[in-house]
Amino acid sequence: MTASARQPFFLAEDLHKRFGDRVVLERISLAFEEGVVSGIMGPNGAGKSTCFNLLTGLHKPDRGRIVFDGEDITGLTPEAIARKGISRSFQIMNLFDEFTAIENIMVALPAVRSGLSRLFWDTRGDSALMDEAASVLAQVGLQGREHIRAGDLPYGQRRALEIGVALAARPRIVFLDEPTQGLGADGRAKLADLIKALRLKYTLVIIEHDMSFLFGLARKISVIHWGQVIAEGTPAELMANDWVRASDLGKVA
Amino acid sequence: MLTSSGRAPVVTQPMLVFFAIMFSFPFWADAAGLYHYLGVEIAVFIIYALGYNLLLGYTGLPSFGHGAFLGIGAYSYGLWQFSGYPGVFTGLAVAIVCAAAAAGAAALFLSHRRGIYFALMTIAFGQIFWFLAIKLRWITGGEDGLLNVLRPTLDFGALDISLRSNLTLFYLVAVLLTVLILVLWRLVHSPFGTALQAIRMNEMRARFAGYRVWLIKWTVFTLSGAIAGLAGALLCITQESAYPDVMSLHASGFVVMMTLIGGGFVSFWGPVVGAIVFILARDVLGAATETWLLWYGLLFMAVMLVEPEGVVGAWRKLIAKLRRSSVQPGPAQEPKPAAEGGAA
Repeated sequence: MTASARQPFFLAEDLHKRFGDRVVLERISLAFEEGVVSGIMGPNGAGKSTCFNLLTGLHKPDRGRIVFDGEDITGLTPEAIARKGISRSFQIMNLFDEFTAIENIMVALPAVRSGLSRLFWDTRGDSALMDEAASVLAQVGLQGREHIRAGDLPYGQRRALEIGVALAARPRIVFLDEPTQGLGADGRAKLADLIKALRLKYTLVIIEHDMSFLFGLARKISVIHWGQVIAEGTPAELMANDWVRASDLGKVA
Repeated sequence: MLTSSGRAPVVTQPMLVFFAIMFSFPFWADAAGLYHYLGVEIAVFIIYALGYNLLLGYTGLPSFGHGAFLGIGAYSYGLWQFSGYPGVFTGLAVAIVCAAAAAGAAALFLSHRRGIYFALMTIAFGQIFWFLAIKLRWITGGEDGLLNVLRPTLDFGALDISLRSNLTLFYLVAVLLTVLILVLWRLVHSPFGTALQAIRMNEMRARFAGYRVWLIKWTVFTLSGAIAGLAGALLCITQESAYPDVMSLHASGFVVMMTLIGGGFVSFWGPVVGAIVFILARDVLGAATETWLLWYGLLFMAVMLVEPEGVVGAWRKLIAKLRRSSVQPGPAQEPKPAAEGGAA
């Protein structure tokens, strides 16, 4: 790989976050490498989602800093962070429900976002743009579903579209927040296949509380508990870790 | 649906139908028991409602103080005429700029808000402007307003057209409305229009897709205020006066009712239909009883209970029903396709 002196692709240092008098993140440091799948694991309420929300700009950390590709992005707004090429999906479904599947993708394409002043650009009639959107949909396995309203898609396909919207932004790093949420065994298997295909092209960071799901996909996993990173390493290293084994997380389903 | 898949032509069939009805209106108005002045009023309120629906229908931002910008447009036009500049188009431009400036200033505070906080703040701003209109007597004439704003003459060099006649005024407003419809139709089908709808559906997601939501909201609010200003100036020409009443909370509610009863949430044409229904109801019911607003209010409630998507929504369902029964002739109690429930 690259020289060890180089900073990691995405780096969070000493993040601290409290809401009122409740400390949610005590001291979180994370590093994600380019071109691999990283995982964040932890039980419900451990602060995983809050951590994602800090990394993608929804909340500002009370302390600490976030560096993306050598640039300090701490405290930037979500839209500014998105424009840097950092994209995310949401744990709770977060789509444009009245738009069709392909319109959901289209609206997230950077070309559309930067064409707001083009009064005579009919995006839905632009075949190059529609092809681009259709190819993103195909990437997440939704070919043939282009013109169905997002709100009318079945749950599993909505999950896939959620990831598609994140990918549409041509991201340099993608954060997926509990992508398996609400999926059955079959849905999980499909999603795992999808992520295996995506990891060849994207830098992914996945939050999951389903250990078995993450272990099959991520190269490096950070375990968050009580607002801290309690363990870090490859799936194999974590299986041997006392902390992890002592917690509920050790019980791989 | 406000969203439409596929290419949006520059001129559409409903547009041609509407323009045909509008431009022929003076010829059949008498026969229909209507009059030219009413046509002017309806056209002015359509302008107002179309601009308003950019906020309510497209962006999902309920403004309850929009009368303020209608009023500011009317006062600016009137004051501009009083200060000795008779040009109609410069007067309209001044009104648009003043209303846009006021809306832009208010939107600085509003564009970071949403939902009920947005709505409450629009009420607050509406009340502030309304209060100013009443209290700044030396500018606005207080509660009497500006009176005797004479109707000007359009000066095209060799050709002078007096707007004294309601007929010529109607055609001036009709031409402006035509331009507005063409421009707004393009706007809502451009990426900007897509962004407005994305914000309505999911403001948070739009931010995470990189949209500067507050700036887009600021822009659309200012634009909507500017269009209200245009309508206000035209109203001032029509009524030959400007008065604070149109700025009250109560009057601001009218444009909300117009837009909703027509179906602003589901159609570009919702506010057009709504403004026609509202002004006609005022005239027809108003001729019968002084308490017409009571009856209009009941009508509004009935429509919202039976068909929340308004007149256009009801019309579409009717057309869909007719299509189905013509495609598949058979017993009247044909089962409803499941798809319709999802599309509603």
